[in-house]
Amino acid sequence: MRKLSKILATAALALGLGAGSSFADEPLKVGFVYVGPVSDHGYSYQHDLARKAVEKHFGDKVETTFIENVPGGADAERAVERLARSGHELVFSTSFGFMNPTLKVAKRFPNVKFEHATGFKRAKNMATYNGRFYEARYVMGQIAATASETGTAGYIGAFPIPEVVRGMNAFMLGAQSVDPDFKVKVIWVNSWYDPGREADAAKALVDQGVDVILQHTDSPAPLQIAQERGVLAFGQASDNIEFAPTSQASALLNDWAPYYIDRIQAVMDGTWEATDTWGGIDSGMVKLAPLRNVSDEVKAVAEETIAKFESGEFEPFTGPVYKQDGTVFLEDGVEVTDEQLLGMNFFVKGFDASLPN
Amino acid sequence: MRLELEKRSEHSALMTILSPVLALVLTLIAGGILFAAMGYNPGEALYAFFLEPLTNQWSIEELLVKAGPLILIAVGLSVCFLSNNWNIGAEGQFTIGALTGSIIPILFHEYTGPMAMPLMVLMGALGGMAWASVPAFLKTRFGTNEILTSLMLVYIAQYLLDYLVRGPWRDPDGFNFPESRLFDDAHTLMTLGDGRLHLGIVFALVAVLAVWFMLSQTLKGFEIKVMGETPRAGRFAGFSHRGIVWFGFLISGACAGIAGMAEVSGSIGQLTPVISPGYGFTAIIVAFLGRLNPIGIVFAGLLLALSYIGGESAQVSIGLTDKITRVFQGMLLFFVLGCDTLILYRIRLIKTARKAGGAHGRA
Repeated sequence: MRKLSKILATAALALGLGAGSSFADEPLKVGFVYVGPVSDHGYSYQHDLARKAVEKHFGDKVETTFIENVPGGADAERAVERLARSGHELVFSTSFGFMNPTLKVAKRFPNVKFEHATGFKRAKNMATYNGRFYEARYVMGQIAATASETGTAGYIGAFPIPEVVRGMNAFMLGAQSVDPDFKVKVIWVNSWYDPGREADAAKALVDQGVDVILQHTDSPAPLQIAQERGVLAFGQASDNIEFAPTSQASALLNDWAPYYIDRIQAVMDGTWEATDTWGGIDSGMVKLAPLRNVSDEVKAVAEETIAKFESGEFEPFTGPVYKQDGTVFLEDGVEVTDEQLLGMNFFVKGFDASLPN
Repeated sequence: MRLELEKRSEHSALMTILSPVLALVLTLIAGGILFAAMGYNPGEALYAFFLEPLTNQWSIEELLVKAGPLILIAVGLSVCFLSNNWNIGAEGQFTIGALTGSIIPILFHEYTGPMAMPLMVLMGALGGMAWASVPAFLKTRFGTNEILTSLMLVYIAQYLLDYLVRGPWRDPDGFNFPESRLFDDAHTLMTLGDGRLHLGIVFALVAVLAVWFMLSQTLKGFEIKVMGETPRAGRFAGFSHRGIVWFGFLISGACAGIAGMAEVSGSIGQLTPVISPGYGFTAIIVAFLGRLNPIGIVFAGLLLALSYIGGESAQVSIGLTDKITRVFQGMLLFFVLGCDTLILYRIRLIKTARKAGGAHGRA
């Protein structure tokens, strides 16, 4: 009898709680779609760190779900739609290849909100976001040119798409701001994640006499080679100092957490809109890992530029900037537009390599 | 003391049919143990993986979208494999079929007449056949190993696709991103129902029926099987070795090509650098899991598709990691091969060591 009354009391309590809580206390379901595995120590890993930060920040007010390792093609649309169908009110689709699939699903689910990273198509319920990662690469260019003895850096690129080319150009402009004759050698590995090929590329570059290695690929392999061969290198997406304790000068960090927290808060407050966000170092979306393995002189140069970016007043692509073929890209004093950045498919002056097309 | 595999003098016809079922049951048991070891409730996890995807219409349609290309490619491959030709390059034929099938929607996108879609299907088939004819030609002319040549052509096809979507076929309004323009409605395969299910699954079923009819009812089917099992006897019967190589490769190339075209036109709606999660390779598994039998391939294709869809569904519903899908597929293959081996062979424990080099146990 005592037991029964206890159960009844518990039930009543539960009911009371249920009745007392408003609809808003239901956790907001937020979904994420990743292109790689969460264990890649790079791009998808950083998005997942931000997801965890979201859970920590909101506690039981949110419930997050992710689908990892989603290639492009037909699978992307199904993954996005699966999240939209299963009660997720906000879906972050984190790779460029998900743009059209996300747009299609967004049209079918007008009440679900979508956020697509690195694309350019928007709808009433589909926002876009990206980081101005080229800003960090400009700083890396300055670090490289100040620290390098051979005056030559090697750059391992994934694919010649605007996102990558933009970073290379920013790196070159940063390097030229220190040493106008700085050279950059480029190797394309045609993959975002291929430790074997990335390592081979790094070895080839060191053999060609570069003493700084840059990468726009996701594996830590180039860092490991740099460590082995004793040249300077920069990590990608995450702070990978453990892979190159005496070689990593800094690393490009993608910190999506503040943005995700903002956007989820906006959905909770009912103020969410389909915006286009392109956050740089000043927004906290783009960061550099602590400077290590470089002289104080190098640190001073880098920190000064980072401070300029943080104040939000500095644009690396400010004229005069010339294309590789010698024609003018930006007249003296003219700042680049976002459209020009978005579609950038040429090298600036100074590259040895030509851009494959 | 050692273990040896000894060929059984006769094997049970019943077990040959039951073996995939047995393998599936063993996979489920091993999967349940795996889930339990990972701290999930095995019943709940297996439900999320294998049954939940079958509980609503959307999910079933998505299953068919996924199974369509697998079945279509596998049915074509079964003809090739039965004739003892090893086309490992269906992925490449799929890719080229997708490319040639996209010529009209990308280069001649103003052409939206009623013949556009039939032409696209035809061009997809021809593209796949053209790509498959390379290993066929090399094999019949120079005796080159078709496993190597067909496989290597996969990579060439993928680089060709890559080149086109990053270069000449890039969407002019796409900010230089590596994607083609979106296909016009006239160049998009008709959908069945209100979801994403499209005519591709019908192509697959037509191919299944056609191949089933050919293999069981026609002289050509007999020729394929004879040339596959006892080529010498086949030659005495007047069958052409070259003819059968060409036939196998062209049929499998056409099927893969149509599958590629249907995937791009029906499911994706544009050319992108990645158009296939490895359908051409998975289809090899489907073909063997289905015992190279068209009807068996339908079930095998649905099962493999379910393992993908179920893996994704379980990620969302119970937070299972994506890697489990791969482990499951690996276990399934392992048990299928294991069961098959034990139907044909028995394990014998041999007490005394024999001299090495003996041919004992080999037929």
